[in-house]
Amino acid sequence: MNDTTPLKEPLAQKRTTPLAISARGLVRHFGEVKAVDGIDLDVPRGMIFAILGPNGAGKTTLIRMLATLLKPDAGTATVMGHDLVAEPHAVRASIALTGQFASLDEDLTARENLILLARLWGFRGREAKARADELLAAFELADAAKRQVKDFSGGMRRRLDIAASLIVTPGVLFLDEPTTGLDPKARQGVWSMIRELARTGVTILLTTQYLEEADQLAARIAVIDHGRKIAEGTSRELKALIGSGFLHVAPADPADIDRAAEILEARLGAAVQRSAEGAQLSVMAGTPRDANEALSALMAAGIEISDFSMGSPSLDEVFFALTGQPAEDQDRKEAAQ
Amino acid sequence: MSAVSPATLPTVKAPRPPSPFSNALAFGWRAVLKFRHVPEQLFDLVMTPIMFTLLFTFVFGGALAGSPADYIQFLLPGILVQTVVFNSVYSGMGLSTDLSKGLFDRFRSLPIWQLSPFAGLMVGDVLRHIIAGLIILCIGLILGYRPEAGLAGVVAAFLLIVAIGFGTGWIFLVLGLLIRTPMTVMTIGFTLIMPVAFASNIMVRPETMPGWLEAIVVRNPVSHMTTAMRGLLDGTATGGDVLLALAAPVILTVVLSPVVLWLYRRS
Repeated sequence: MNDTTPLKEPLAQKRTTPLAISARGLVRHFGEVKAVDGIDLDVPRGMIFAILGPNGAGKTTLIRMLATLLKPDAGTATVMGHDLVAEPHAVRASIALTGQFASLDEDLTARENLILLARLWGFRGREAKARADELLAAFELADAAKRQVKDFSGGMRRRLDIAASLIVTPGVLFLDEPTTGLDPKARQGVWSMIRELARTGVTILLTTQYLEEADQLAARIAVIDHGRKIAEGTSRELKALIGSGFLHVAPADPADIDRAAEILEARLGAAVQRSAEGAQLSVMAGTPRDANEALSALMAAGIEISDFSMGSPSLDEVFFALTGQPAEDQDRKEAAQ
Repeated sequence: MSAVSPATLPTVKAPRPPSPFSNALAFGWRAVLKFRHVPEQLFDLVMTPIMFTLLFTFVFGGALAGSPADYIQFLLPGILVQTVVFNSVYSGMGLSTDLSKGLFDRFRSLPIWQLSPFAGLMVGDVLRHIIAGLIILCIGLILGYRPEAGLAGVVAAFLLIVAIGFGTGWIFLVLGLLIRTPMTVMTIGFTLIMPVAFASNIMVRPETMPGWLEAIVVRNPVSHMTTAMRGLLDGTATGGDVLLALAAPVILTVVLSPVVLWLYRRS
């Protein structure tokens, strides 16, 4: 864990490009609950930056503060050089927010939604219509332009929602869980759209509870849990945080799984994580020699192994190692509360 | 979806910031579009008052005023008041719907006058009250109602309608901001408004009621509004009638508008 220290240093100290977002000690309470409990964040311009965490970790609260929708209880932040609290209007002029739930008027058509927003930004009659049509074409929604949004599929709605955030090219685009609730194909579509957008130079701050999403899109990832940032770095750095030697074992007989987990834990001295289906165990092994010995111990105990592999941890495993619980389980626990 | 190509979009800078007035106008345009796309909402707005008008005129009219023709002359101005009071519940529902869907998050993250979404809601409400009022007035005319004060009286009556709608609207904007489920806003709204609308002089003269109820009814703001509405349409209204009718809308605006602003900024 000795490479945690350089990672936790604010990026500002080694920055060469100006920052799109710089936050220090942001706090926001809701009654007794500390939704965000002292978060520092530095996001360089032009980067896709992911806030990764389970439900209830404080992601949405953080993004709503940075988008001026919530006032922080403590801490300071600048967005595109403007102070969040002192110059909210200037911040709003340089950001766009695509919230967790489609922020569109369902009764209006796609085109009318975009025209309304264009008019609010100050485009007049014909310019507003031209801007709407331009965006509809770029997002492949021209055919659906005159349909009411309530008849849109989830994927189309998301595309329109993101198009609505680009009426004026924002300095920072906030995307709160951009693919939650989408099918895999629509999710791929949104991902490629986000990558393309980033190529135009827009800074993108997205939140996600999908480790794969952060891994796929983001140049840097901040992992947050219970309102605190517990790690930050590139996907590679985060994986390196808990060592590269990860042993994955699948016992042939599912009945052996508990016994196998006990043996691995005793041998390797590290917490064992079960896969979602419960058929596979993952544990940090340190070196291949340690892994080999652990496997031999399993054999010696008479546990048949159908499959094993050694490799880098997935972000799931990183999350487990950092928080002590799997992201998915925590999800369910918080949903149940 | 590989053809989706936001990368080909040129960088677009913001035009000159629009005035608060043009922001409010844009939101007003949204309200008009809603009428075009959801014309059924007019049905919701006028169904109940039409039913009341028909039922009371033909079923109770004879008993209450000697004949249905005499009764409609008494009833219709009150029905206009009832319509606008009932319909102001929908302002809160609309706001609650927008809030529950995250639409206001987008509006609030735009560099616009922060209150312009409300100004837009108001524009929509005014339109709604005028349209619903006109429909009810037309039904009344068909049934034999005659506004004695002529066009000037009708115009004055509609100004009063707008003022009443504006005043009572605040109650439901507060509810809309506090309650995130539109259906609950409607249920609570009607629960609040029903007794106030019925314990009034809209349908029956208060003199015919038991003393204790009469005492309540003559003090009910809805009764003052109805008296003024009748007076304006008959050409017999005094300045005092109108002032009494406007008292409640003015008090509601003064007391509740800061509450609405506070709730909106806080959320």
